[in-house]
Amino acid sequence: MDWFENGWGLSLIVFLPVVGALAVLAIPKAKESLIKWTALAFSLVTLGLVIALAVQFDYSAADTYQFGTAMDTTWISAINANFYIAVDGISLPMVILAAVITVLVIIYSWNHWPEPHNPKLLLAFVLILATGMTGTFVALDLVLFFVFFEVVLLPMYFMIGIWGDRAIRVVPVVHWKIEMRLYASLKFFLFTLFGSAFMLLAFIALYFKSGEFLDERTWSMIELSDLGSAGVFTGTFAFLVFAGLFLGFAVKVPMWPLHTWLPDAHTAAPTIGSVILAAVLLKLGTYGFIRIAIPILPDEAVSWAPFIGILAVIGIIYGSLACLAQTDMKRLIAYSSVGHMGFIMLGVATLTPIGLNAAIIGMVAHGLITGLLFFIAGSMSHRYHTRDMTRIGGTMVLMPRMGVLLGFAAMASLGLPALAGFWGEFMALLASFDPLPLIGATTTFRVLMVFGAIGTVLTAGYMLYMLRNVDFGEPSKEFADKVLPDVDGYEWLAWSPLVIGIIAIGIYPKLVFGATNEAVVSLLAKAFGG
Amino acid sequence: MHRLLTIASQITLAAGEEGESAAEEAHDAFVPGITSGPLVEWAWLIVVVPIIATFIIMFWGKKMPFKGWEIAWGSIGFVAIYGTVLFVLNATQGIVYEGAVEIAQIGDLTLEWGWVVDGLSIMMYFLVGVVGFLVFTYAKSYMKGDVRFTWFFASFSLFAGGMLVLVSAPNLIQLIVGWELVGVSSYLLIGHYWEDLANVDAANTAFMVNKVADAGLFLGAIIMAVSVGSFRFDDIIDVVVHGEAGMLSQYAFWAGLLIFIGAMGKSAQFPLHVWLPDAMAGPTPVSALMHAATMVTAGVYLLARLFPFYLDPTGMFAGDVRDIIIVIGGLTLFLMGFLAIVQKDIKKVLAYSTVSQLGYMVAAMGAGAYTAGLFHLFTHAFFKALLFLGAGSIIHAVHSNNMLDMGGLRKKMPVTFWTFIVGTLALIGIFPFAGFFSKDEILASMKYAGENGQDMANFILILGIAGAFITAFYMTRLLALTFFGKYEGHAEPHESPKMMTVPLVALAFFAVAAGWINWPGVYTGFTTWVATRIPLTGMGDHHPEGLDWSLVVIVTPVVLAGVVAGWFVYGRKKKPQAERDSFRIPVLWPFFENLYYIPDFYMNAIVRPIMGPISRVVLWFDMYVIDGFVNLVGLGSLGLAKVVRVFDQNVVDGFYNELGAGVGGSGSGLRLMFTGRVQQYAAFSFIGVVVIAVLFIIL
Repeated sequence: MDWFENGWGLSLIVFLPVVGALAVLAIPKAKESLIKWTALAFSLVTLGLVIALAVQFDYSAADTYQFGTAMDTTWISAINANFYIAVDGISLPMVILAAVITVLVIIYSWNHWPEPHNPKLLLAFVLILATGMTGTFVALDLVLFFVFFEVVLLPMYFMIGIWGDRAIRVVPVVHWKIEMRLYASLKFFLFTLFGSAFMLLAFIALYFKSGEFLDERTWSMIELSDLGSAGVFTGTFAFLVFAGLFLGFAVKVPMWPLHTWLPDAHTAAPTIGSVILAAVLLKLGTYGFIRIAIPILPDEAVSWAPFIGILAVIGIIYGSLACLAQTDMKRLIAYSSVGHMGFIMLGVATLTPIGLNAAIIGMVAHGLITGLLFFIAGSMSHRYHTRDMTRIGGTMVLMPRMGVLLGFAAMASLGLPALAGFWGEFMALLASFDPLPLIGATTTFRVLMVFGAIGTVLTAGYMLYMLRNVDFGEPSKEFADKVLPDVDGYEWLAWSPLVIGIIAIGIYPKLVFGATNEAVVSLLAKAFGG
Repeated sequence: MHRLLTIASQITLAAGEEGESAAEEAHDAFVPGITSGPLVEWAWLIVVVPIIATFIIMFWGKKMPFKGWEIAWGSIGFVAIYGTVLFVLNATQGIVYEGAVEIAQIGDLTLEWGWVVDGLSIMMYFLVGVVGFLVFTYAKSYMKGDVRFTWFFASFSLFAGGMLVLVSAPNLIQLIVGWELVGVSSYLLIGHYWEDLANVDAANTAFMVNKVADAGLFLGAIIMAVSVGSFRFDDIIDVVVHGEAGMLSQYAFWAGLLIFIGAMGKSAQFPLHVWLPDAMAGPTPVSALMHAATMVTAGVYLLARLFPFYLDPTGMFAGDVRDIIIVIGGLTLFLMGFLAIVQKDIKKVLAYSTVSQLGYMVAAMGAGAYTAGLFHLFTHAFFKALLFLGAGSIIHAVHSNNMLDMGGLRKKMPVTFWTFIVGTLALIGIFPFAGFFSKDEILASMKYAGENGQDMANFILILGIAGAFITAFYMTRLLALTFFGKYEGHAEPHESPKMMTVPLVALAFFAVAAGWINWPGVYTGFTTWVATRIPLTGMGDHHPEGLDWSLVVIVTPVVLAGVVAGWFVYGRKKKPQAERDSFRIPVLWPFFENLYYIPDFYMNAIVRPIMGPISRVVLWFDMYVIDGFVNLVGLGSLGLAKVVRVFDQNVVDGFYNELGAGVGGSGSGLRLMFTGRVQQYAAFSFIGVVVIAVLFIIL
């Protein structure tokens, strides 16, 4: 299995989906089931390879880059960019998450086609997204990272713009009357582009600066973080570069106050779009902080940490309060992401092993849980033809299984112990009691911890509020005599892996920590000494 | 094991040069006989069996002959048997064991699932198992024909599993896991009849109040774990008994207070008690097992688990918190008793009574009376479960919770009546029923603590004695209104089936006999049964040589006075129910009936503002300020794009016609952008960025 270990396996994992996309595009539109099976086959083979990767991964050396291509595989020689990809304990869980979500989304879409139909194009986009997501998680070259980061953008833009919600919305302040899908997709696109432009600038700045310390300029994250831990990036330069990275990643996370694209995009997107967006795309931002911003600019990370922590906790409280004012179920779940990503960023901001571990398990857990929530919300609005929580109710009567699953997902989302969401939340709070001493803002972080804990209460509040309105009570007159189909086979197939994952990680968090801990500890040791 | 004994001797040293009392010597001399072997190594089955049962019932329960009940019953029976075996062996030989499985390593912290088998946890295994078994037996008949029979037993098994996760926990993390699992099963069972949103609201109240308290527990556990470097109770207690002036002693007050806030939530202490009476919306077996006998005692259990930390013999840890604990417990036992007097719903009377009795236990912990607090927990579990099941039997017969629909049931339901009398005598503390011994021990401990420097204990002792009067008063009212007088309900009352009365009789047996295992001067085995792991020396944990007659001669007459007063007020048998219950004291009664306005306060000062104005302001801010800015920027760049496009079209292409269409509205402009001009946007963004980049370079 040499070929698998020296980079080909991982390259296959990254590019197989895009090959699948081409294959799907080559099939005539009329042969719908062939299109579906092709897409599924490619995603399943990719998942199989990812599983093989996870099985062969050396967990005792989770801090080393494994299955990588040769570090000097030239890609674009003119600018010195290399095709260098590899996984370590931090990226492995994310790669698995992306592969699993891709398969589930394709299974789910088997009988859930948003209008205008066109499975061919939709599945092609899903597969391109898979390549972009996985690529971002395994890239160790900044140009490569940037390219994958941007590859994700367009398919999602089109997904929202073409298959999104067609309801007309009046945009506040400027009074445009516009279809949700158009407004949301454009907003999503521009926000991300705005952020990633700054990110690119920061990358370029790092590239040129690296020439001052090395024989040859480099895009390599590894070499740059070596330079970073040697402390060569200082002063205004480092500040501005970190600011650029911050903007790029913070928009993606999204951190308050750069989050307003998210509720619109999630609400307007078709179900599978929301799922991919929530489950994986948001993590590109947090991953960027962990993989790029902290190791390359550790000193800046230290001085920005209180600021990031404060924004994170504002996000937690603010997002939770915004949830409590929602009547649109999908929008409520969307805002809940703002809160949950706040916990993840709080963990990141502490710059401690526990905080970063918390962030990564939080990313995985949020992916599974919010993915499940969006699936369920999508299926419900598919059946009710509305997402308005003042109209729907008594789901436990009409569709008991759906109701139970929603209850389960809501409990997981509010951080119920023994389910996946608990570890990220609790450990992030724990880390903020004892943040990296270098930051010198321990008291600030302890205050943040208290507000974070208040956030857990508010989180429970809006989840119970949602359950009360959606699940319980008698169905309203509008739906009382309707027969609504309960969870169908495809839904079971797509959702049960998420349910199992949520329980398994909750009971045995080593499934994630086992990979991440060592990698995180060594990353931080390299960045901050000790 | 060896270490634990060492700890015991160390804490004696740390406690000062008071010399060893008889109790201390007895404790030090006590050597557990069982520290290994299959019996304790396999004790994790106690926890796992009910959890597996939950899943089996959930997936296959409906297809079984008894619709899943048999699985729940069998699994709790297993716990009962295992618990009883452990209980007996612990009583005769002593058991101390801890098993653990590592589930993760993060940073310097180790996370483990484990199971502790020692006096404290064995007592809880026994209680959960035996009371649970009787309640599950009863529930089969009580829940017969229920809309969600199978679901009920799945949730009930989940509760048993969660409770056992909690009490078997060797570390704070697992305790929190169990803590919230019982919370969620409580939520499910309170909201069992969720078609009625009032029940859902009660379930939400319970969940949210507990969540608030849990936030405290989370923070306390975090401070504790970071300070000690471990979640394990053993490690925490190690630090305490060694009197290490490290990080823990620095934060001990806050850790202790925050953890106590968690305990206040679960054990329904004032002012976080509001959820427990609401929780009566759940089926009666739930009230009996969870909201009286076991789950609500989790807070007391937690205080017991961390007892040395709160006892604080070296004065470096959470000793100061104990004054807060005793006051909260005292206020709870006193204030909540009054509320029981004015309730019409029989279950709510018992609910407030439970809150009040929990106050006694918590106050005992605050007085440093480990054994007394746990002993009351133990006896209370039996007699309060008995009273709730008795109430359930009545409700089953008359189809109403309202006591005004009852009356005169004495002859119609003799078994229920006599067992209820036993439960009542135990609760109000009449010799030789169980509550007499446990309440007496608590009051004696208060007295002892007061004499030994804890001034607050003297005051709480008076409240405790007054509480005994109130207890006797409201229980007499309850008896008078339900069993005496004339029946005024609409259903045809009849004695409940065997399946329900047999558990009543069994519990009645315990309601008498459970007190005899700690009869000062006669037999005091209980003190050592729960003391095998956590050392008990030092202030407050007082084991008198005999009954404290100076207290008995005060308390027993006070209780009898309560009975007489209650009978005098409510015992007029010939009158109609409503008239018998017409006693009111102006000013006070409205105050009680409105529950001291505490729920109203929470609703108007916290819940409504957050659900209403505050969250709406946040949303408004989001839409009009943050997003408003975003949209204005969008409008601006759109304008710019338009200018460029106009320039483009006018000057370069001379395409006049499209101009008109383009100006038609910003919506159509956007649509144009969407269909073809994304690149233009990208270009503009990049131009902006380049401008900034140039600025960067110049700077």
